[in-house]
Amino acid sequence: MKRFVIVSAFFTMLLVVWELASESGRWSPVLFPSVVSVAQYLWGAMMDGTLFEAIRVTLQRLLVGYMIGVAIGLPLGVLASSSQISEDTLGALALGLQTLPSVCWVPFAVLWFGQTEGAMLFVVVMGTVWSVIIATNHGARTIPPIYARAARTMGSEGLHLWTMVMLPASLPFLVSGMKQGWAFAWRSLMAAEIFVTILTGFGLGQLLHYGRELNAMDQVIGAMVVIVLIGLLADRILFAPWERFLHRRWGTNVRARMLRPACTRTRCDFHS
Amino acid sequence: MLDQVHDYDDSKSLTVTAATSKLVVEGVSKWFRTPRATVHALDNVSMQVSDGEVVCVVGPSGCGKSTLLDIIAGLTKPDAGRVLADGHPVTGPGRQRLVVFQEPSLFPWLDVFGNVMFGLGLCPELSSVERREIAHRYLALVGLEKFERAHVHELSGGMKQRVALARALAPDPQVLLMDEPFGALDAMTREHLYDDIQRIWSDSCKTIVFVTHNMREAACLVDRVLLMSKAPGKIIQGFDIPLPRPRSIYDVELVSHAGRIADSLRGTVGGGVPE
Ligand SMILES: Nc1ncnc2c1ncn2[C@@H]1O[C@H](COP(=O)(O)OP(=O)(O)OP(=O)(O)O)[C@@H](O)[C@H]1O
Ligand SMILES: [Mg+2]
Repeated sequence: MKRFVIVSAFFTMLLVVWELASESGRWSPVLFPSVVSVAQYLWGAMMDGTLFEAIRVTLQRLLVGYMIGVAIGLPLGVLASSSQISEDTLGALALGLQTLPSVCWVPFAVLWFGQTEGAMLFVVVMGTVWSVIIATNHGARTIPPIYARAARTMGSEGLHLWTMVMLPASLPFLVSGMKQGWAFAWRSLMAAEIFVTILTGFGLGQLLHYGRELNAMDQVIGAMVVIVLIGLLADRILFAPWERFLHRRWGTNVRARMLRPACTRTRCDFHS
Repeated sequence: MLDQVHDYDDSKSLTVTAATSKLVVEGVSKWFRTPRATVHALDNVSMQVSDGEVVCVVGPSGCGKSTLLDIIAGLTKPDAGRVLADGHPVTGPGRQRLVVFQEPSLFPWLDVFGNVMFGLGLCPELSSVERREIAHRYLALVGLEKFERAHVHELSGGMKQRVALARALAPDPQVLLMDEPFGALDAMTREHLYDDIQRIWSDSCKTIVFVTHNMREAACLVDRVLLMSKAPGKIIQGFDIPLPRPRSIYDVELVSHAGRIADSLRGTVGGGVPE
């Protein structure tokens, strides 16, 4: 409860400062709209349906692109972790391309696919896939081999070993890889929507883009607010439950650590 | 000092006991190749363990005891020699040879009960009611019935080791391989477990190979102690412990046996240990 009060006080204060600054009249209201005008714009866009339509279009592109990216990235990440050769080749390639900001793929995509949904998807997949590969590769390398060894002595092998041991043992890195991928997919989709102006669907990024064309600052800021909120919500809904589960089971939560001394690995070597 | 220690060749009695031998280790050698060096971990190790026998391997740190257990378990392939279990060559791990590992090996995604159930779940001959009942029984045996629903990271080091013990005992393996299973336990719990374990072992007649650095523990629990030299490990001496059971760790004769083994071990390390 106390946490909730502090959090809401913080954000209320932020809004109040913004409102006061815009009302002070030092800046043109065209460039610095008030909270109220942004809220009015959002309300209007909600009422006439453009906002929901934009959200739907954007989320659909995001989900499709993200799923393709994960479906390609996870197996390639496991492959990259499987040998030194694949690490040196595939791992290095992924690392190199991941450093390329995803907006750099836009000219490439437009030349290949034209102003189409395909171009949009291509940019999202390119933004997602490399970071998923890197996170998966790194994670798979850090699964302690003792789990598989212990399971095999108990008679676990083949499918049982993969589903009952390797999969749960790899949950921490799977979740961090998928989360990493999600963040990159979101960023690259916004870049793609702003730069690829197609008419088959009008997403949040395009709302932003036309806000600029129309000089409608309230629309620009409103779209930005919605983008931030969706990012936050996705994190809460998609990833937070998994992360809570992992923290509880693996004991990796920082706060829990402070309450109880961290569990030390026990390795006793008694030498006489 | 080293020259007092003659080569202990366990294969002399091989022909006599081969018929009843549960485990036979024949001329096993192992090298580990790392980018920096090649480590000769085991050098021509031979031993056998008859059915229902409890054998302990002692030796200086790094002499290859864990490696030997890994090879017997089938988790590591020897570079030379072979291991027979019930007369059949060991080619991989199997649930007739369960291992209690030296390092923590519980699964963090399962709670304590789930960890004990893991091995039981791979015993098709048990019904699910029996499995649960067995898991409860072994957790009670190691004194953790109140922690069945605890997460692994919430346990102390000794508690983790007790869960690992319960997990290995529960599926009732014929052979139990234990690498310093009581290392992280306090003296009280340990002595308590010695009594319980002697009882379980005499009831269930398991074949057990275990590693310890505690000579009194060795003398208390086993029929025979095998002494390994420092790396590359080979078995250089065997001690029979012909004491009646159940044994108490404070028994005078037992302590004198333990002292004898400790003296020999000191010989292998090379000229006593600086205090
Ligand atoms: N996977 C490995 N890679 C390289 N070297 C290894 C590996 N496993 C063991 N060794 C080496 O083999 C030797 C024997 O190791 P092992 O773990 O069997 O010793 P140990 O007798 O169990 O020692 P301790 O009593 O300290 O547990 C050591 O010198 C170790 O460095
Ligand atoms: Mg060891």
